[in-house]
Amino acid sequence: MADIARQLNIRYQHAYNVLSQSGLLSPKESAETAQTGTWRLKVGLAEMLKGGVIMDVVTPEHAKIAEKAGAVAVMALERVPADIRRHGGVARMSDPEMILGIKDTVTIPVMAKCRIGHFVEAEVLQALEVDYIDESEVLTPADTEHHVWKHDFTVPFVCGARNLGEALRRCGEGAAMIRTKGEAGTGDVVEAVRHMRTIISEIKRVASSREDELMALSKELNAPFELVQEVHKTGRLPVPNFSAGGIATPADAALMMKLGAEAVFVGSGIFKSGDPQKRAEAIVEATAHYNDAALIARVSKNLGEPMVGINVSSLGEGEQLAVRGW
Amino acid sequence: MRVGVLALQGDFEKHSDAVKACGADAVEVRMPEDLELCERLIIPGGESTTLEILIRRHGLDEAIRERAMQGMPIWGTCMGMILMAKRIQGRDQWSLGLLDVTIVRNAFGSQVHSFEERIAFSGLDSPMDAVFIRAPAVVETGGGVAVLALARGKIVAVRERALLGTAFHPELTPDRRLHQLFLSDHFGNR
Repeated sequence: MADIARQLNIRYQHAYNVLSQSGLLSPKESAETAQTGTWRLKVGLAEMLKGGVIMDVVTPEHAKIAEKAGAVAVMALERVPADIRRHGGVARMSDPEMILGIKDTVTIPVMAKCRIGHFVEAEVLQALEVDYIDESEVLTPADTEHHVWKHDFTVPFVCGARNLGEALRRCGEGAAMIRTKGEAGTGDVVEAVRHMRTIISEIKRVASSREDELMALSKELNAPFELVQEVHKTGRLPVPNFSAGGIATPADAALMMKLGAEAVFVGSGIFKSGDPQKRAEAIVEATAHYNDAALIARVSKNLGEPMVGINVSSLGEGEQLAVRGW
Repeated sequence: MRVGVLALQGDFEKHSDAVKACGADAVEVRMPEDLELCERLIIPGGESTTLEILIRRHGLDEAIRERAMQGMPIWGTCMGMILMAKRIQGRDQWSLGLLDVTIVRNAFGSQVHSFEERIAFSGLDSPMDAVFIRAPAVVETGGGVAVLALARGKIVAVRERALLGTAFHPELTPDRRLHQLFLSDHFGNR
């Protein structure tokens, strides 16, 4: 193998062509060691999205605008959460035709949502070759006890969480990215803040506990013991920790980054606003430069009407999406 | 040695960790003035369409080009290699235009086709684990470009003078040999 490597230290294209025709470029050893769907590949893609903005889009045109504005990925869905709220009824996985249309339009990763516990919707999304599946509380849950067993999939999953226990249970099931849930479709950032602060402070508590206290903590948090041990050792979640649910302005995005989010999801906040392209660009820039208040001030100017929000405190019993998830 | 890691978006933290593990200082580069402090630059993995916007808005693109002309070693992984390429196949996409290669983006397909593989790397005495995530590949090289590694019949690592490009992510594996190579004293002088 090493000999082949030396032979392959070629400088010119024609030499490469000769080798490629000779079959030397597909050494047996490589084929035997190749793997897809590994944990490293799943978490790795989340790493690549860090510092970025993932935007909800409902049409290929939206997707194009999002990509042009600098989104690191798009979430393809039939209705943004604000409309799901308004329309009511059962919210399901999107039409595959729509997802494929969006996949054809952009080069950035395309994510799509399946219902909590609906592993067949997840299998369908994997067959469509979406780049990430969001097992999402924004859709109507298909199972009130179980989530999808995500280890069985090649495609990586992101799941929502309100606290450390929920985050670690999802990781235990195989989620390769966590996002705080916030309260989707409201434009009110208060729940996103609450969930992020909760998770960060619980991580600190686990990290600063004594080793002989971890089993009791695991019981209290309803979290898998091995993952509590890991958080104790590393002082962070086992997977990247993003933020979602209610982010509507550049300052909202920067706030979540400062509180510990590693990237943000913006749902209704962009395409329910007066000037989606401009707002999207501003949120992208504020997320990348979240410590630069002067820059955030500059990009926040004249963004037009923000989405009309709903105060989370005015939501009735049963109207909060974040409580979905077990 | 102070090594800049472009920190606008992507897995820059992993590169910073790797740089520190090699005993050098990692400097997060977000604005042109950050680059002045650095002797080398790493452009990490991430999304090239996002970086294009962020890198151009505050003149960081010009600052990087200027330093590249002066011979500063630059290493791009995945997205970083795309941004360094002179040509991107089938697309009218902006780039820094440093490396004399043509790149094809998402050369191996979407995330379900992302893969890990042990590959041979020119100059290393044993193969290394390489992580390919929605990875690009080089389809054409100019005369001064050395091909350093191949995977699945495609070119996945190249070098031209002090410019290094890899389609995979050495920052995601514990093997530090490529970081050590890039940080070695003689790397910039060949």
